[in-house]
Amino acid sequence: MAEQLHEAGNAMRPSTTQIADNFADLHPPLGAAKADVEANRCLYCYDAPCVRACPTGIDIPRFIHQIRTGNLDGSARTILSANILGGTCARACPTEVLCEQACVLNAGEAAPIMIGALQRHAVDHRLATGGAHPFTRAADSGKRVAVVGAGPAGLAFAHRAALLGHAVVVFDAKPKPGGLNEYGLAAYKMTDDFAQREVAFVLGIGGITVRHGHALGAQLQLAQLRADFDAVFLAVGLGASNALGVPGEDLPGVRNAIDFIEQLRQAPDKSQLHIGNDVVVIGGGNTAIDAAVQARRLGARRVTLAYRRGDAQMGATAWEQGLARRNGVIVELWAMPKAIAGANHVESVSFERTALRDGKLVGSGETFGVVADTVLKAVGQHLLADDLAALERAHGKIAVDAQLRTSLDGVYAGGDCIASGLDLTVQAVEDGKRAAISVDAWLRGKAQE
Amino acid sequence: MADLSCTIAGIRSINPFWLASAPPTDKQINVERAFAAGWGGVVWKTLGNDPPVVNVTSRYGVHRSSLRGVLGINNIELISDRALDVNLREIEAVRKRWPDRIIIGSMMAPIDEQAWKELAIRIANAGVHGIELNLGCPHGMCERGMGSAIGQVPEFVERTTRWVREAVNIPVFTKLTPNITDILVPAEAAKAGGAHAVSLINTVNSITSVDLDSMAPTPTVDGKGTHGGYCGAAVKPIALNMVARISGQPSTQGLEISAIGGIMNWRDAAEFIALGASGLQVCTAAMLYGFRIVDDMIDGLSAFMDAKGYRSIADFRGMAVRNVVDWNALNMNFDLKAKIDPDTCIACGRCHIACEDTSHQAIAFDHLPDGGRRFTVIDDECVGCNLCQIVCPVPECISMNPVANGLPPVTWPEHPDNPLRVVA
Repeated sequence: MAEQLHEAGNAMRPSTTQIADNFADLHPPLGAAKADVEANRCLYCYDAPCVRACPTGIDIPRFIHQIRTGNLDGSARTILSANILGGTCARACPTEVLCEQACVLNAGEAAPIMIGALQRHAVDHRLATGGAHPFTRAADSGKRVAVVGAGPAGLAFAHRAALLGHAVVVFDAKPKPGGLNEYGLAAYKMTDDFAQREVAFVLGIGGITVRHGHALGAQLQLAQLRADFDAVFLAVGLGASNALGVPGEDLPGVRNAIDFIEQLRQAPDKSQLHIGNDVVVIGGGNTAIDAAVQARRLGARRVTLAYRRGDAQMGATAWEQGLARRNGVIVELWAMPKAIAGANHVESVSFERTALRDGKLVGSGETFGVVADTVLKAVGQHLLADDLAALERAHGKIAVDAQLRTSLDGVYAGGDCIASGLDLTVQAVEDGKRAAISVDAWLRGKAQE
Repeated sequence: MADLSCTIAGIRSINPFWLASAPPTDKQINVERAFAAGWGGVVWKTLGNDPPVVNVTSRYGVHRSSLRGVLGINNIELISDRALDVNLREIEAVRKRWPDRIIIGSMMAPIDEQAWKELAIRIANAGVHGIELNLGCPHGMCERGMGSAIGQVPEFVERTTRWVREAVNIPVFTKLTPNITDILVPAEAAKAGGAHAVSLINTVNSITSVDLDSMAPTPTVDGKGTHGGYCGAAVKPIALNMVARISGQPSTQGLEISAIGGIMNWRDAAEFIALGASGLQVCTAAMLYGFRIVDDMIDGLSAFMDAKGYRSIADFRGMAVRNVVDWNALNMNFDLKAKIDPDTCIACGRCHIACEDTSHQAIAFDHLPDGGRRFTVIDDECVGCNLCQIVCPVPECISMNPVANGLPPVTWPEHPDNPLRVVA
């Protein structure tokens, strides 16, 4: 069981082999026989609740039926036609609060269908088989569209826009495409080079150019993009981590959880990474869980996840919270960080106990300290303001309408940089897909004027 | 505890579960293993005159449900491919070692009186309790003028049955092929020939699948295939109907039935008994799971009989026969409406789409404020067809309830809409 944590018994660091095991697939792929059993449990619901629970609206009963009949390519095509990043979503989606939560079998005596695992089974088969791209582009529209950000939203947009016949240029600040798929997912949720293989598959439709080392506000200017392209799609994500706003935050040993996660994902040999003995992770979302669990799996002796509210308020799903506990993470609820202390390096974090009073979070006055040589901050991110001043904002993010249009003509936005409900990869993919359909309708409408 | 012993054609068996003439009863070692497992009797694999036949490989094809479940298998194996004398000596040995178990000798021969009579006598002399005429094998042997080639001609059925009756002094079972238009005709012929019982059904002619790579039917023998005999759970409904067809007829009164066809468990067994079978023969269930499956056939049948208060097989044998009637005898005023239990409904929507697309648009659904769905039957549209209940994955969620319409029973011949109705 990949979930089992390999750990050295005597405070020694885990061996290279143990580390490799610790970061293997959290959910190993289904074998053909198990996939067959699971697919056959599916009731093939009509007007299925799982489909409505999927932000990208994948026809789940249909793709599972296609697994059942041995039509794996058709199954993958069903998935990918609604969600071109179906491979990532099969791994990264919190299915326990999406499709699998909606599965009608939850209402009976049976476990829900393992929809995510079946989706991975079909998509992985398709990507492993190779061959011609499953979708064919429409005739060249003569239009050029710019995308800023090669993450899930940007890639989904680029794919759909290319499919609809437009020429797409994707700009990204990072040296590799994929955005959070490449840099932000926990290593055991997306193993090996899947993110890059998936990007290569997405680009396989043709008509998409990716330019790396282009950051908005630095090498790129929004005004110039608007001048050079027929439309612009902003999928810049949330560039900056929120600060705790407590004394000692600048001490060495205090870092952003997303930086730690990125470093882990990019490390060729994770056993060479340094992690302290006593790690404190602050935050209650899935990023906090990812950081805490990975710190444990890297060999940290004691990992404390502190959250200022209760488990019911946590952004992390119940399954993710359980994952942390099963990995030996100490979860401190109702604990608000007050200060980080240390001489030349972080040595401890002090917390105040909190409570909800009349719906408001209040300090109780009771404090406690946790010894720490590493502090990972995971209290959310915010939009980097560079070069986006001309755009209207909503809830601190880029304001868009139902067609994903920003306040600037011809500029659309999607993914984490807009407030579209769920901060999830699958939502970003849906944003990108819908925005491309909007852009296409707008461009074709203009052409007829 | 119920008495499971049964008597058929005057032969008393410790239980009604016999193994049918087939690969499981081909050799002494198999038959002894079956008796050790608890089977009441066997019909030894069909014997013919020497030289023995030669079989091919492969021999079995399969029709699967999802999840590798077996709906039915077919076979292209011929009769026993061992020398007649070897089989007869083994029969003698098993008879001695298992005195309380039944062995019926199955046989076939070409349409030749002397051949039938000589073979029947040799088999009878080995000590079998009865002879079964294999007039049903639908593959291979029929190309040599035997098996179903005889069973499909009622005159031949009568003639061969008579020959065996004249030759031996033990009970005679005539085994019928289902590959005919009306099973009653060969059953009547068997009776006319003097059969004590009929065994039915033999296997159904079939091609189980086509290998889409080699473009050949399965089982495939060096790139070619042939039709074979289909058996297993899938043929049970066909067998039930044929048994009912015979057991309810005045023309076959007194002809006992050894029922065969997809008996997989005690419930199937009880159904055949309820339709008039005096004994049962099983093959596919044993081929799929081994002889041990007889344990629960015995245990389950006994428990069923205890629960119903039947002390012997005879207590409930044929009890369903009187309820098998012609369509014209059905009550046209009987009305059923489906009802969906909202507490156990899991809202999969299968009943809705089945009814909406393929039946009477009688199941509607609403989206509820909590995101769920509620499915309801529109009584005015429901014709009580059972389809929703059939597709529903939740046991007992959909019930079919009689409407208390107060109308007297009326049959189609009496129905006012019938232009040919009989006016009293």
